[in-house]
Amino acid sequence: MSTTAVPDVAAAPVDQGFWTRHRKTGAVLLALGLLATVLFGALATGQQARFTLSETEGGAALEINGTVGAILFGVVALLAGGAILFGVPKRWFTLTLGLGLVAFVLSFLCWQVSAAPEGRNFMPLVNVVRGTFVLALPLIFGALAGVLCERSGVVNVAIEGQLLMGAFSGALFGSITGSVWVGLVAAAVGGAFISLLLAVFAIRYLVDQVVIGIVLNLLAVGVSGFLYERLMQTNAERYNSPPRFANWEIPLLKDIPLIGPALFRGNIFLYLGLLLVLVIHIALFRTRWGLRTRSVGEHPTAADTVGVKVLGLRYRNVIMAGMVAGIGGASYTLALYTFTKNMIGGKGFIALAALIFGRWSPTGALLAALFFGFADQLATYLGAIGSTIPSQFLAMLPYLATILAVAGLVGRVRAPAADGKPYIKG
Amino acid sequence: MEPGEIHALLGENGAGKSTLMNVLYGLYQPDEGEILVDGRQLKLRGPSDAIAAGIGMVHQHFMLVPVFTVAENIMLGAEQVRGGIAGFLDRRRARREVAEVSERYHLRVDPDAIVEDLPVGIQQRVEIVKALTRDVDLLILDEPTAVLTPQETEELLTVMRSLKAAGKSIVFITHKLGEVKAIADRITVIRRGKTVGTASPEASRDELAALMVGRTVRLTVDKQPATPGQPVLEVSGLVVDDDRQCRAVDGVDLTVRAGEVLGVAGVQGNGQTELIEAIMGLRPMLAGSVTLDGQQVDSWSTKKVLRAGVGYVPEDRSVDGLVKEFSVAENLVLDIYDRPPFGKGLVLRPDAIAASAQERIAQFDVRTSSADAAVGTLSGGNQQKVIVARELSRPLKLFIAAQPTRGVDVGSIEFIHSQVIRERDIGTAVLVVSSELDEVIGLADRIAVMYRGRIIGIVGPDTPREEIGLLMAGITPDSAGASPTGDTPASAPESPGNEDKE
Repeated sequence: MSTTAVPDVAAAPVDQGFWTRHRKTGAVLLALGLLATVLFGALATGQQARFTLSETEGGAALEINGTVGAILFGVVALLAGGAILFGVPKRWFTLTLGLGLVAFVLSFLCWQVSAAPEGRNFMPLVNVVRGTFVLALPLIFGALAGVLCERSGVVNVAIEGQLLMGAFSGALFGSITGSVWVGLVAAAVGGAFISLLLAVFAIRYLVDQVVIGIVLNLLAVGVSGFLYERLMQTNAERYNSPPRFANWEIPLLKDIPLIGPALFRGNIFLYLGLLLVLVIHIALFRTRWGLRTRSVGEHPTAADTVGVKVLGLRYRNVIMAGMVAGIGGASYTLALYTFTKNMIGGKGFIALAALIFGRWSPTGALLAALFFGFADQLATYLGAIGSTIPSQFLAMLPYLATILAVAGLVGRVRAPAADGKPYIKG
Repeated sequence: MEPGEIHALLGENGAGKSTLMNVLYGLYQPDEGEILVDGRQLKLRGPSDAIAAGIGMVHQHFMLVPVFTVAENIMLGAEQVRGGIAGFLDRRRARREVAEVSERYHLRVDPDAIVEDLPVGIQQRVEIVKALTRDVDLLILDEPTAVLTPQETEELLTVMRSLKAAGKSIVFITHKLGEVKAIADRITVIRRGKTVGTASPEASRDELAALMVGRTVRLTVDKQPATPGQPVLEVSGLVVDDDRQCRAVDGVDLTVRAGEVLGVAGVQGNGQTELIEAIMGLRPMLAGSVTLDGQQVDSWSTKKVLRAGVGYVPEDRSVDGLVKEFSVAENLVLDIYDRPPFGKGLVLRPDAIAASAQERIAQFDVRTSSADAAVGTLSGGNQQKVIVARELSRPLKLFIAAQPTRGVDVGSIEFIHSQVIRERDIGTAVLVVSSELDEVIGLADRIAVMYRGRIIGIVGPDTPREEIGLLMAGITPDSAGASPTGDTPASAPESPGNEDKE
């Protein structure tokens, strides 16, 4: 019996020529580095660019001459691009790429900060980091909701609606009872309500999942908007004055420079979000539930033939996803603002983008959400220092990045194979 | 079923073999009747009940998650876990279990390999190991040899024998008579959902075939020796990529002459699909040229190629061959609906279409309730006849048929084969691509074997099956032993000079 004759069809050699995806990425980075060195270097002023490790101008700071910094970091980006183009080992690729992109951003900041008017030419890093996380938080919850749904094969376009419903019911029931905890539970239930509808229509009645998702977003806007006008606007005192979670300072960790004040003096939602990323990541790849969830999202028939309850698992995960998104919505109303009409304002769709950009993995989604949050925060900051760059350009960045990601330019993006396909037995 | 017995279930496509077995595995619920295991009646509500009762199944389309590792696939549904309700997977134990089973039954698999990277034969082995780790006593193999090379099939039969020696019972579903005779202890023949007889493996092929179809069928294709004329299709140095931008056709040279059938044999996925699609103008050519009757057709649109006198039976009839929701009559004029007499200016002529449909339906023996029935409601064999009827209704120079009888019952196979030969005899050049080696041998006047995007050899139809089988696995007579993996380039590509004429 010979096994050598088995044709190895799947592993047929692939000859892509010189321009592999890695090389293309390297070339783009090289061009960015060149742009940074020349353009940012020329535009930067000889003033010091100060990055303070606090929330104000004072205190310890990293300083660099604007021109020197812009050119220096530009060159670093250029070198990183060149290294990728001319072949660093594959395992260094992500690291080198990350380094290059960070250097590019730093070069840009050196220019911007040094060119800012006197008295505003500093960047308070604590503010920036904290702002990044605050802005990323709803995206993190939303993207996690997406992970839970889509890994088990149900497309979740209704993240927006789930966030909104969570924010609304968190505010309503928090206000009525005066308890943040009741508000939190209500928010989870509110999100779960939208996702239960999604589950029933998508799994039981086989409605197109994108269509039902969009319809549910409209439903959430409608229901919460109607009740907002009828209840909350007429009696804001009683129905729309939600209690707020206090900030919890974590001993020891809060004293770490930069990270301490930015991350460890936050509220329950920040800690919960980061914890959920970790828990869901481990659960997805290390537990029985995770294995079954992934199998149901990839090849439900295969899962069924070994006795996995496909539909039950999908229901369970979709409803869990709604609860996660609902809590994410409450991170607005039970910590920051009172409820306003349509207050999520598209964040649910950016969360969907973060899910794709993060390649359907919880940690990937976290990084993508942080990236989007950073771009958002940067836009605010640049507006504050009176930058010459219109902030709208930075606000575009997340969408641009997502388009590039979906087009497959940043590594291969592969959705779960059965994502969006209803499972019909037999 | 006795313990340690191999029981073959033989029947045509659509005879109900797979349905029966899916009931046995708990996937479908029986309408009536009962299942007895060890004398006890069994109620199967789902596959887990079947597994608990010691019944395992290897499906025709593998039930493996492509992106999972072998070990993950095997443990799915029967995970060993630690850590209470958290349920952490015990991967080490799973891996050990896989190793144990592969050791015991000599089924080598790498537990950490990703399934989609494995060749089909190994994937099947993973399926068998998966069933065995669940301690089954009865293993159902649903058409296990459909996707295998003759060599892989031989290996599978060896595995089945060793399982039998270990006391496992096997139900072996197939419609291939040779394999049944080689391995089965008992044979049950099913036709139209009913058991029509049992036979012993000593019964002759003809007897079994007759039981299967219900009447005597000709297993070999009746034909006269070919009288090849001028070259009609000439392909040289053709290079084509597949959908994933991997090289699928890598320098193919082919010539098909008027009045001959060139058969392309090979295991599926070796570039046959892409070769045909490139010729038809459905897929861009990266290099090389294709000429039809001396005319360069490289950059022609598919419509132009068809109008130039090429008939095309695509390999997947439900996707590329027919519009399922359209009626039989409409499908019969898909290629020429805009030409007189079927279309005039902007309008169709329904009466002409209907009249021609009646004619074709009679001529090609299409069994349909009416010409207005949606083509999707017809059986596979009759759908295929609709395509063949459509393509052969035009005067052709070249007829290309990809997998012309896949999933088609024996009666229709016979009819389609006779139509192909008839077309050859009126002087059309015919190119047949099939992964059924018997079909290629039966139809072809010359056989080109394709392996990894190349024509690895061109042989006559009298060449022994074994030799062709080796070619299909990438082993050329002169490279055998030296490089059994087939990395060596294909043996002398065909050129008009050294063509062998049988």
